[in-house]
Amino acid sequence: MFAIDWGHGGPTMLAAFLASMVEFIEALTVVLAVGATRGWRGALGGTGLALLLLLVIVLVLGPALTRIPLDIVQLVVGTLLLLFGLRWLRKAILRAAGVIPLHDEEALFAKEVAILKGAARVTRGWDRMAVSTAFNITMVEGIEVVFIVVAMGAAGGGLLVPASIGALAALLVVVALGLALHRPVSTVPENTLKFTVGVMLSTFGTFWIGEGAGLDWPGSDWSLLGLVVGFLVGALVAVSLCRAPARVGAI
Amino acid sequence: MLRTIWDEFIGLFVDDVGFAVSILVWVLIAGVGLPRLGLPDFVPAVLLFLGLLGILIESAMRRARKR
Repeated sequence: MFAIDWGHGGPTMLAAFLASMVEFIEALTVVLAVGATRGWRGALGGTGLALLLLLVIVLVLGPALTRIPLDIVQLVVGTLLLLFGLRWLRKAILRAAGVIPLHDEEALFAKEVAILKGAARVTRGWDRMAVSTAFNITMVEGIEVVFIVVAMGAAGGGLLVPASIGALAALLVVVALGLALHRPVSTVPENTLKFTVGVMLSTFGTFWIGEGAGLDWPGSDWSLLGLVVGFLVGALVAVSLCRAPARVGAI
Repeated sequence: MLRTIWDEFIGLFVDDVGFAVSILVWVLIAGVGLPRLGLPDFVPAVLLFLGLLGILIESAMRRARKR
């Protein structure tokens, strides 16, 4: 039997859940468009195939990373996680400040429907366009989920299980929402989710880089809380600073 | 399709090249250089965080000014 350190496992599961929610909602929009216009057989076939492949990648890559010394994994994966998290946080800051437009699931759905309706219909066998469109979007968005799960699972030192549970829970929630709504999930405050996830991933990335490089964090694990607050306050300050030049630019 | 997946994978980490390079350079400086300066134990870790926060705010403001 293995024990999970829920002091780290809880935040890891939450971060994986929130990040996966964002990605799965984007994939759901396109899969719904495929199902509504080309039929559910191809849409679900392509999605299922991609989910199976993504699961294999997690099962192969996750345990493989645990064989590498933890400090090296923390340094390398922590750096990748930091690049990923700060990129999300920067984009969320710019969206919150009105510098770049918010992600619009309804517009994406309408665009996909128009493209899929324009393509030739298939009356027998598998609809290749439906399968490949659903497969591609699930793979593209799913790769991000796989990275988050594997990175957080490996760099945290044996946290693959809570990270996977978080991602699977997000998948179930999004599938349930899709079944209930049959339309894009546009009411979820996506930028707030991205903002939160960006803060959490930047925190974990920074902390693990420090651990991997042998730096001493004041308060040890408690410094995670300080990093969350620090990144959150800094990001909120950045939003207000970005609004000012944006307004000047608009004038 | 593999190309799309690869581009998407790289896109996970690099949106703005200058931003990504600044992060990597600061991680290198704070992780390798600062601990050799003989500063108090916790200072390099705090400087690692403050530097990253500074890079984030500066990059977002620079992008906002381009609007």
